[in-house]
Amino acid sequence: MWQFFHKLGSPKWFFGISTRFAPWFLTGGMLLLVTGAVWGLAFAPTDYLQGDSYRIIFIHVPTAMLAQSVYIMMASAGVVTLVWRMKLADVFVKAVAPVGLVITFLALFTGAVWGKPTWGTWWIWDARLTSMLILLFLYGGVIALDRAINDEKSAARAVAVLTLVGVVNIPIIKYSVEWWNTLHQPATFKLTEKPSMPAEMWVPLLLSVLGLYLIFGWLACVRMQTEILCREQRSRWVKEFVTTGRV
Amino acid sequence: MNTEAPPEVRLARNRVGVLAAMKGVFARDIKLAFRQRQDLLNPLLFFVMVVTLFPLGVSPEISFLSEAGAGILWVAALLSVLLSLDHLFRHDFDDGTLEQLVLQPQPLFLLILAKTVAHWMLTGLPLVLLTPVLGVMVHLDGNSIGVLCLTLLIGTPVLSLIGAIGAALTLGLRSAGVLLSLLVIPLYIPVLIFGTGTVAAASDGAAVGAYMALMGAFLMLALTLAPFAAAAALRISLSNG
Repeated sequence: MWQFFHKLGSPKWFFGISTRFAPWFLTGGMLLLVTGAVWGLAFAPTDYLQGDSYRIIFIHVPTAMLAQSVYIMMASAGVVTLVWRMKLADVFVKAVAPVGLVITFLALFTGAVWGKPTWGTWWIWDARLTSMLILLFLYGGVIALDRAINDEKSAARAVAVLTLVGVVNIPIIKYSVEWWNTLHQPATFKLTEKPSMPAEMWVPLLLSVLGLYLIFGWLACVRMQTEILCREQRSRWVKEFVTTGRV
Repeated sequence: MNTEAPPEVRLARNRVGVLAAMKGVFARDIKLAFRQRQDLLNPLLFFVMVVTLFPLGVSPEISFLSEAGAGILWVAALLSVLLSLDHLFRHDFDDGTLEQLVLQPQPLFLLILAKTVAHWMLTGLPLVLLTPVLGVMVHLDGNSIGVLCLTLLIGTPVLSLIGAIGAALTLGLRSAGVLLSLLVIPLYIPVLIFGTGTVAAASDGAAVGAYMALMGAFLMLALTLAPFAAAAALRISLSNG
């Protein structure tokens, strides 16, 4: 186990293994996402209350879940950076923060599009929406701080402290729907309970959630590879990779 | 076997106790601030001016002001604390005092806590004392003014404590001012929501005990955790330069 842990700290090892895994993430993710989306948009039954407008759930829920997961992953990587000073952890945070920002924006945007037909308004200052907006700001702050510090190591550790402080927002987003009486409906998926919707609805939703997570995995791998190549550009293995294409 | 610490370590430990060191840092910050009185007045002037903008810019109607007044005062207080944060570490960073603080044998987070408390006494507390006057000017009723002062009294230390983390993270960076606002405002939003929520509940005649308890919980959380984060951030910023 510890050997694996040490290997994980080596950018070269990660680069080699991720170039092999990344294409599988992409194909698997695309397959699941397309299946989920086509099934959900074209074949899933119509909701008796919301009509066809509910179908945006097949994009909205995956992005909203991923937006929070990415932040938690970044905070976990932040702990690793601060405690073990592992290079890969801060490569991950740096590579993934812009992805998180875009995903959070997509969650807010699809939510707004869904809100218009069901609530009659694009935006409401509701607990869930506001805390997602704060999440968007937090991603923005993390990216801004990372870009502002020139020294790589200091930037990584400063960003780690910031993500850890911001993590207080995650439980607020998660439970805002249960703590406050808001317009937003409660969680669609819970680990402990059966979904409250028929299988023809939740199966495609689950597929698109898994699909988006896999796509995120692919995106993270590719962006981390780029970051690693930039950071290690002076090392010999990178020169070899660039000239021969082999790691 | 001798288990005692080496003599030089013992000497350093015994020279100044933790509490005495905290008191020293606190007294130094207060004294320095009173040597530069204009810097003390600026956030207060800013506070009054921002509050003035709203009746002039939005509406001087009594109905609007008495409804929005608490929120206006809270936002103005938040902004003036935000503006004053730059002073928290800047001068000490420039003249090297901060590095000496980091080198002290006393735990850094306690010294930062002392600095933050001094910062709050110099900016947050005067804002709270000024609030009743401005509250009357925006036509809040007596009960709301009382509750507003109380929420600001609990809330402004939270603002200073969270702000200390942001100030420590952005120390010595280009465009630190804007960056500091970007980092700190998202963290201020929950405090603002509960602060103004308390006043709104009070003006509706609802009980505010639960809201106050939540504000108190924010304060306790910030008081116990923020100095650690600020200390970690400070060490990073100092190793940077």
